[in-house]
Amino acid sequence: MADLAHGRDEAPAHHQLTGIDNRKLGMWVFLSSEFLFFGALINNYLLFKGRDFGPGALYPVELYDIPFTSISSFVLLMSSLTMVLAHSALARRDQAQARTWLFATALLGVVFVSGQYFEFAEFILHGLKLNVNPAASAFYLLTGFHGAHVVIGVLMLLVLAFKSVRNGSLSEAEGLNVELVGLYWHFVDIIWIVIFVLVYLIQ
Amino acid sequence: MNLRKRTGRLSFGRAPAALLVLVLLGSCGRVEQPLNSFDSQGPIAERINALFWPVFWIAVVIFVLVQGALLLTVFLFRERRGKERPEPKQITGSTRLELLWTVIPTLILAGIAVPTVATLFDLADCPPGAMDIEVIGHQWWFEYRYPDSGAVTANIMAIPEDTEICARMTSDDVLHNFWIPKLAGKRYLVPGQETVQRLYAEEPGEYWGHCAEFCGLSHARMRARVVAMTQGDFDAWVDDQLRPAVMPAPGSEAERGMEVFLASACIGCHIIDGVNNPDPATLTVASPDLTHFASRHVFAGATLPAGLNPTRADWEADLRKWLADPPTWKPGSFMPDLGLTADEIDALAAYLSTLE
Amino acid sequence: MAIDLTTETVERSETTVFRRPQLTTGFWSWITTADHKKIGLLYGYTAFFFFIAGGVEALLIRIQLSGPEGAFLSAAEYNGLFTTHAITMIFLFVMPISAAFFNYLLPLMIGARDVAFPRMNAVSYWIFLFGGVFIYSSLIFGTNPAPVGGSLPGGAADAEMLGSIPNSGWFIYAPNSGAAYSPGTAVDFAALGLQMLGVASLISAVNFIVTILNMRAKGMRLLRMPVFVWMTFVVALLLLFSLPIIAIALFMLTFDRQFGTLFFVAEAGGDPILWQHLFWLFGHPEVYILILPAMGIVSETLPVFSKKPLFGYPAVVFAGAAIAFLGFGVWAHHMFASGIPTVAQAAFGLSTMTIAIPTGIKIFNWLGTVWGGKVRLSTPMLFSLGFVALFVIGGLSGVTHAVVPSDWQQTDTYYIVAHFHYVLFGGSIFGLFAGIYYWFPKLTGRMYNESLGKWHFWLMFIGMNLTFGPMHWLGLQGMVRRTWVYAEEAGLGPWNMAATVGAFIIAVSVGVFMVNWMYSKRRGRPAPDDPWDARTLEWTMPSPTPEYNFAVEPVVTSLDDFWHQKYDEDEEGRAVRKEKADEIVADLIYTNGHPDREIHLPAPSYFPFFVGLGIMLIAYGIMYHTKPWGIPLLAAGAVVTVAAFVAWGSEPLEEIHDEDDHGNGGDGGDGGGHGIETHEPPAGAVLSAGERRA
Repeated sequence: MADLAHGRDEAPAHHQLTGIDNRKLGMWVFLSSEFLFFGALINNYLLFKGRDFGPGALYPVELYDIPFTSISSFVLLMSSLTMVLAHSALARRDQAQARTWLFATALLGVVFVSGQYFEFAEFILHGLKLNVNPAASAFYLLTGFHGAHVVIGVLMLLVLAFKSVRNGSLSEAEGLNVELVGLYWHFVDIIWIVIFVLVYLIQ
Repeated sequence: MNLRKRTGRLSFGRAPAALLVLVLLGSCGRVEQPLNSFDSQGPIAERINALFWPVFWIAVVIFVLVQGALLLTVFLFRERRGKERPEPKQITGSTRLELLWTVIPTLILAGIAVPTVATLFDLADCPPGAMDIEVIGHQWWFEYRYPDSGAVTANIMAIPEDTEICARMTSDDVLHNFWIPKLAGKRYLVPGQETVQRLYAEEPGEYWGHCAEFCGLSHARMRARVVAMTQGDFDAWVDDQLRPAVMPAPGSEAERGMEVFLASACIGCHIIDGVNNPDPATLTVASPDLTHFASRHVFAGATLPAGLNPTRADWEADLRKWLADPPTWKPGSFMPDLGLTADEIDALAAYLSTLE
Repeated sequence: MAIDLTTETVERSETTVFRRPQLTTGFWSWITTADHKKIGLLYGYTAFFFFIAGGVEALLIRIQLSGPEGAFLSAAEYNGLFTTHAITMIFLFVMPISAAFFNYLLPLMIGARDVAFPRMNAVSYWIFLFGGVFIYSSLIFGTNPAPVGGSLPGGAADAEMLGSIPNSGWFIYAPNSGAAYSPGTAVDFAALGLQMLGVASLISAVNFIVTILNMRAKGMRLLRMPVFVWMTFVVALLLLFSLPIIAIALFMLTFDRQFGTLFFVAEAGGDPILWQHLFWLFGHPEVYILILPAMGIVSETLPVFSKKPLFGYPAVVFAGAAIAFLGFGVWAHHMFASGIPTVAQAAFGLSTMTIAIPTGIKIFNWLGTVWGGKVRLSTPMLFSLGFVALFVIGGLSGVTHAVVPSDWQQTDTYYIVAHFHYVLFGGSIFGLFAGIYYWFPKLTGRMYNESLGKWHFWLMFIGMNLTFGPMHWLGLQGMVRRTWVYAEEAGLGPWNMAATVGAFIIAVSVGVFMVNWMYSKRRGRPAPDDPWDARTLEWTMPSPTPEYNFAVEPVVTSLDDFWHQKYDEDEEGRAVRKEKADEIVADLIYTNGHPDREIHLPAPSYFPFFVGLGIMLIAYGIMYHTKPWGIPLLAAGAVVTVAAFVAWGSEPLEEIHDEDDHGNGGDGGDGGGHGIETHEPPAGAVLSAGERRA
């Protein structure tokens, strides 16, 4: 995804039948694949979470701190809002605002990932390591891969934001990149909402 | 061959085709095939074949029709030198034909589906009242436990004839697959789960089998035998299995063998009831119970002695070979090369052959 | 990681740090190319190299199995060879050679100048290549000791060189693939290597889908696309939706082996059967990924060599799509013996049977295409007809697997080996060879040698049947798969010998093909531009294809547009070649060979190569993360990959006439695409009407 956002990788002048830019269409197509990627991960967790791993087995669900995770989920949700604001600022050619919102989105992403880091640290402190049982393994694999997606998103946002700082503005092509990163970012958010509901809330 | 070629070029196919015919003829000698799934010896394998053959013949008919149509088409419409034919009609399709070759295969498949599902449900689970035998897969041998009597054995599963058997199976390590082609189909042995396999032998006899799922280095050396016997023989067999081991005569070669057994690493894994009785849980690796080793005419994952009808001498010769160097016969073996001397091997073999 | 942002220079191309390579010939042009045709050829040659490797592996296997208790290979070597043979043939041969066809032909067939993302296309190739190199590097670096507690012959600590390649079966079933039962790195090479190949395929899939949706020639509606393009589209969708699942499965396996997770560790509550579900949820669509390209190819060749349009074009297209769709609902038929619930077995048995329906539709439509035609038995046609004949056999034996109780006897025996080789060898490989011969003139501008082609076909056809035909019989006589020896008393020797003889006949046939290829490429008769009197757009330009593809973007008014430019129909519906057909063709080809303006092409780039390299280093780093140099290697790989991507983003654009978009004020001479003013038609490209087949 990083590549798609960075690359201005387009075949020479050619009509685009669907009326959607190649890169945007590519991002949509890619994200449709990502849905299955997370689908498989979520399915894994749901499969293992209820299994009996013997007496004294520790399950992720016993350690959830719902208020904490709710706040970090809210942070991530807000980042989708700032992402939209960045995009619409750019559409208005308000470069300064766009830059601010890009940074804000990245910052919220960082906050979310930090929250996840603290959550993991806390869980591990309580003995829920990657290798205590398959439910723990599945929990970490799922949330870990989601976290990795957020990190990649933050990197892409920062690249765009720094470009904007450096050049004073973002060109139209880079504006498309903002849109692409935005698509990706919203996708990662939506996936988180699904995870939050299925993994954290429905117990 | 499906495609007729113009004369003159036909020689392309002829030489290899002649070779093919030769090879086929050469290999048609009648041989006994202990794993032949067509040679069903019980009602379960019979049901499967009774389902397979009609499907096979339907497939043959379709095969002949389709390949015939293909050959005929090529024969009729191929371009021939010197024969000018009018340009072909540009036909782009026919809804009627599309319907026809959608509906007819659907009907054929529906016809196959009904007996498939019926047979499937009949054979999938053990009927009530069946005799349970536990099958445990190990790398690379099968263990059999008889919950009714408490008998434990390896490599050869003894069953009474004309009795519905329910093999309740699991694995101690990786996936295995229990297959006795003349009696039934396959079923995996899955660690942490129980799977069941119905078995039923109509006649006393010996039925060969093989682990059918790739289970690591020596998958090829993991075979199985089922020996069906009359109810009387079976009961006697169970009684024998429950006795502790025969003690060797004092001063005999066999007694020396027993000492070798007790002094070597053998006791880390093997049990001979009455000779060494460790807690099974303390064994390094789960290994065949040797208490009645000599009552079993095959060992080493039912791969030795080789041959359809090995003699007792073959048995003893292969036993020495096996004791001398297990990993060469069964790579990855959990029985290591113990570095026994020829003398120790002789004594050990002598002892083991007394363990009826 | 904001590395390299400082080098980001978009204002003026002259100051750009990264100059784009501009070579169009020579070694570096191949490393840096973003041209779909060159990438297609790279895919093709690489895949063929792996075909030879996989073929040699097959021959070694067949030598070992030619008689009972074979002593030619050790158990470890045999297990390595059957695993690597499968991985090679599936992931390193059939998939990439299909990608070669997609790459080379897809833009030509839809009238585009390249794929949607040329550099991403190059990335796909390089990740694929490095993935293949990675897997085969196990020959040198791989280790394969006995399972924990076991011993190898002679007290060896590790298997021989040939025994250290991936050895767990291509299906990598848990828990045998776990750390306890497969210590050593052999399985890691498979798991991480397949992960890399998956990334490569996923990128291609996105690329092809966007290309097909967005870049078709004017007038080429979806139902005017050649069937091959349709099948490309379907395959790309299958890849798109099946690869993420195997990616997760492989991640789980890698985490189990490397980082102590417990997904498949039965003793800790893990679920080995879950691996099978995930694997086959990918693995069964994968089967259609392997066969649909060949189906696409014969749907092109059969009409051309019968001089008739494809019978039931919409039916063939929809049947292909239906096969793909149903292909996601049948995975558990690989698991009928694994103890899944009876109801599930019944359901998957029935769903498997339904796949026979669209498959049958395709076969009958192909027969309908040839029926009543004017059938030219040239080599591509022979291979296409061979495809139909052999695929029918594979399809019929497939139906017997859907009969669940029968499958309990058949599964894990050579009957299955026979079945899928009829599908994948008799099907895929025959179809692919049909395509190779059919498009050979397009690739090289020369004709292949017809006699050698026919020798190739007949030898391969006979060898194939001799090898795999007896395996049906062997399997039901009790020959279990994946055993390095079988007992003499099992009575399986003679047919195994026949199969081995057949395998060597196949090897000879491949040798004939290679001679034909090498000879004809240099010395073959110059090819006419439209040697087959073809129907699709790729034949409306000179051969070999000019670098820019179409000088004039084509406009399409019907299915098989090129054909309709050449032919009318009389009252009876018979084809009548237009009087001016030859002129029309010559005109088209001349126009397409002589651009009247500069055409801008995707410029080459260094970075796709480095992305592939970096990802390979990451894979090594993960595998060796417990070694002191493992983490540095991983970090180095990550830096190379990210740097390559960032540099890629900073690369001057290939486009020079959209400077407004990018603030790219310069004239683009620095980094822009290379223009082509004129193009001399290659020798023999323009032919007199007399040389053309009437």
